[in-house]
Amino acid sequence: MHAFLQTPLGVVILTLAEALALLVPLLMGVAYLTYAERKVLAAIQMRRGPNVVGPFGLFQPFADAIKMVMKETIIPTGANRLLFLMAPMLTFALAMIAWAVIPVNDGWAIANINVGVLYLFAISSLGVYGVIIAGWASNSKYAFLGALRSAAQMVSYEVSMGFIMVTVLICVGSLNLNDIVMAQRTVWFCVPLFPMFIMFFISTLAETNRSPFDLPEGESEIVAGFFVEYSAMSFALFFLGEYANMILMSAMTTILFLGGWLAPFGLEPFTWIPGPIWFIAKVMVVLFGFLWVRATFPRYRYDQLMRLGWKVFLPLSLGYLVLVAGVLLVMGWLPHVA
Amino acid sequence: MAFLDRTARSLLLGELAGGMALTLKYIFKRKATINYPYEKGPISPRFKGEHALRRYPNGEERCIACKLCEAVCPAQAITIEAEPREDGSRRTTRYDIDMTKCIYCGLCEEACPVDAIVEGPNFEFATETREELLYNKDRLLANGDRWEPELARRLELDAPYR
Repeated sequence: MHAFLQTPLGVVILTLAEALALLVPLLMGVAYLTYAERKVLAAIQMRRGPNVVGPFGLFQPFADAIKMVMKETIIPTGANRLLFLMAPMLTFALAMIAWAVIPVNDGWAIANINVGVLYLFAISSLGVYGVIIAGWASNSKYAFLGALRSAAQMVSYEVSMGFIMVTVLICVGSLNLNDIVMAQRTVWFCVPLFPMFIMFFISTLAETNRSPFDLPEGESEIVAGFFVEYSAMSFALFFLGEYANMILMSAMTTILFLGGWLAPFGLEPFTWIPGPIWFIAKVMVVLFGFLWVRATFPRYRYDQLMRLGWKVFLPLSLGYLVLVAGVLLVMGWLPHVA
Repeated sequence: MAFLDRTARSLLLGELAGGMALTLKYIFKRKATINYPYEKGPISPRFKGEHALRRYPNGEERCIACKLCEAVCPAQAITIEAEPREDGSRRTTRYDIDMTKCIYCGLCEEACPVDAIVEGPNFEFATETREELLYNKDRLLANGDRWEPELARRLELDAPYR
C-alpha cells in the first residue's frame, strides 16, 4: 500500500483524496454558513429565520441548492457567452484553490509550501477577475458598475492587507503558514498586534465584499451588482465562491492572528482538544464576526470606503509596520530562520 | 485638543463597539415574530373575518330577509331574494355575498336586527379560484354551523358595548 502511494498514479489518487477530504467539508461549511447567516441576522432582528425545512430548518441549505440546480440558466442576449459562463467558474475555482495551502493542523495542508502567504495573496487578488469578467460579460450597466466598484475596492484594501501581513511576517521570519502558526506558541499575534488584527478583520470584510463594504452588490442601488444577470447554477457558483472566500479569509485571520490550531496559551485542559477542532472553532468565531458586523452596520458610501482604505488604513498599517520592525530590531527580537 | 479627542474616539472604534454590543444584546431578546401557521396571534372579539349566517338553537335560521344588510352594504356585495315560506314566515331564497367585493367593514352585522349575519374570527379562507369566493346561502349557513360556539362567545363578550 505504501509503495503504491509513491507511484505516480498513487500520488494522483492520494492528492485527489486529500482534496476531496478538504473540499467536501468546506462545501458543507459553505452551505451551513448561508444557514447560519440567515439565523444570526434573524436573531439580531428578533425574527426566527428558516425553521420549516427539517429540524430547526437545518435542511434549508439543501432545499436552496436543489432549487438552484433545477432553475433555468438564463444568458442575456447581449452577453459574451464564453466569458459570462467562465466568470462564475473562475470565482468558484479560485475560492477552492486557495484552500490548498491552509493548514488545519500541524502539517495538515495539501500543499505545505514555503510561500503560503504569497500564494494566498495572489489567489485572493485573482478573485477580482471573476468579478470584472462577470460584470463586463453581462453587458448590463448595473453589472458593469458593480464590477468597477468591486475592482477598485479589492485593489485598495489589498494594499493595506499586504502591509498587515508583512507585519506578521517580520515577526515570524517565514512565509510558510505552518511556521506562522507555530511562531504563535507562546502568544497569539492578536495580542501584540491587536490594532493590526482589527484592521485585518475590517480589510477582509472589504476584500470579500461583505457588509458594510458590499458596494459591489449594493442591493439598494445597483440591484445585485456584478451578478445581476446571473441565474440558477451560475449564480450559485458565485454565491458558493463568495461564502467560501469568507471562510478562507476567516481561516487566514485565524492563522495569522489567532494561533491557527493551537490551544489558547498551550494550557493543559485546552490542549486535550485536537487541533482541527480548535481551528474550526476559531474560524467559526471569526465568521460570526462577519455576520454580526453585517447585522449591525449600514453600507459605506463609495468615497467613505476609499477614504478609509487609502487615508486611514494605509498610513496606519504602514506606521505600525515601521513601529513593529523598529521594536524588533532595537530589542533584538528579529526571528532568525536557518 | 478637540481634534485629538475626535481622532482618538474614531480610532478606538468606540461607537462601532457600542453598536455591536447593542446588536449582540438583541440576539437574546424575545422574538417579535410568531411561527405563523403553527402559532397564531390573538384576535379581538370584534375581529371582522369571514361571514357566517347563524341559526337559533332549535335549528331555525335567524335571517328574516329584512334586507337591511343588503341596503347598508357600501360595496354592494350582498344580494338577497326573499319569498314567504309554506308556514308563512318570511325567509330568504337567495343570500349571496361576493367576498371579492366585500370590504369587511362590518356594517352588515351592525345593521342586522337578529344577529343573523356576522363576521367571524376566520381569516384563512383563501381559495384557488375566484368563483369559490362567491358565497351562497348554503355556504354561509355552513360557516355559521362550523363557527357557532365561537360566534356566540364573541357576541357575548362584545354585548356590553353594543
